[in-house]
Amino acid sequence: MAKIVGGIGTSHVPSIGKAYDMGQQEEPDWKPVFDAYKPVQKWLVDLKPDVAIVVYNDHGSSMFFDKYPTFAIGAADSYPIGDEGWGPRPLPDVPGNPEFSWHLAEELVYNEFDMTVCQELSVEHGFLVPMNLCFPHEPSWPVKTVPIAINVIQHPLPTALRCYKLGQAIRQAVEACEDDLRVVIFGTGGMSHQLNGARFGHLNNAFDNDFLDKIESDPLALTKLTHQQIMEEAGAEAVELIMWLTMRGALSDDLTRVHRNYYAPMTTGMGLIALEENA
Amino acid sequence: MAAQRDKSRTIPGTTVFDGAESRKGYRINKFAMSFTKPENRTAFTADEEAYMESWSLSDPERQFLRDRDYRGLIEECGGNIYMIMKLGTCTGHGLYHVGAQLRGQTFEEFMATRTASGAR
Repeated sequence: MAKIVGGIGTSHVPSIGKAYDMGQQEEPDWKPVFDAYKPVQKWLVDLKPDVAIVVYNDHGSSMFFDKYPTFAIGAADSYPIGDEGWGPRPLPDVPGNPEFSWHLAEELVYNEFDMTVCQELSVEHGFLVPMNLCFPHEPSWPVKTVPIAINVIQHPLPTALRCYKLGQAIRQAVEACEDDLRVVIFGTGGMSHQLNGARFGHLNNAFDNDFLDKIESDPLALTKLTHQQIMEEAGAEAVELIMWLTMRGALSDDLTRVHRNYYAPMTTGMGLIALEENA
Repeated sequence: MAAQRDKSRTIPGTTVFDGAESRKGYRINKFAMSFTKPENRTAFTADEEAYMESWSLSDPERQFLRDRDYRGLIEECGGNIYMIMKLGTCTGHGLYHVGAQLRGQTFEEFMATRTASGAR
């Protein structure tokens, strides 16, 4: 039986990818970000996952407002690196597991989560920055992936509770798979940030640290947050954080926190938490 | 149905990108999305006016773009920040340049408000 062995909540700030590509890992203002992921990389090596389910949002790479799905799942053999306007990043294409993706899609849809299934999907910073930071990837990635994209950029968005319930349904769907797969799930995005209007650059460290506390110990409290509350307190683009609840909904409550970090150098609270299933 | 947004509580200095914004900004956002294709970046760089004409941009959209007025493109024309940022691949302006404009500051004034601005 497939099982979820761990979950990771992480920001997916695009400038981290650019800094990585330019080799700035040791520069003083960047070093705290890159160093934070080293224990998580080591943990993942020991955890030996076969598949990473990555919950992210597309920021106008493979998806546009002509038809922007609320919930979508990739089901391709391989996910090419998207061109977000600056040319594709120098990363290898990311392998998929389409049989597992279709299994998840079937279970989720019959469990009343109506996913858009994508057989062609290029992946972008929302997906790639977390993967890039957590896994070695030369010459190839050590895991197969299932991208799950959530609309967090064009309101109306799914509610925080709905995202959490999607995570619970993902767990059921994983456990209904007879293949012996070890699965990790990523919830990405946030933390506090605002990229539009005169409030550009708004940060809320206290909100972010409270979110990091509760994503571990009291996620149901976070499911009660409305989009309005998140935007007022943590910035309009901080609504991405509801994707962390999908990750958390896919985990049990018998967890060990392996690692946690927070750093807010510029315009986004960069959070990281790694949770391992005890059973 | 639990209200996710309270439209009576305007968040100062904030645009919520919703259906009204997405309708208003559809053309400029689709135009900006076109910059994800290298041939379109080349076409814009070669002849900005001709490329804007080929998309039938409105007069205000063209003028804001000529002026590199990202605040106008976002706040007047319905531009979505993630799409408008793509224009920077050809104009040479990054997120923090756009952000400083939105705040009504110079780039240097904005950078001075950050805690570790080397992580840019």
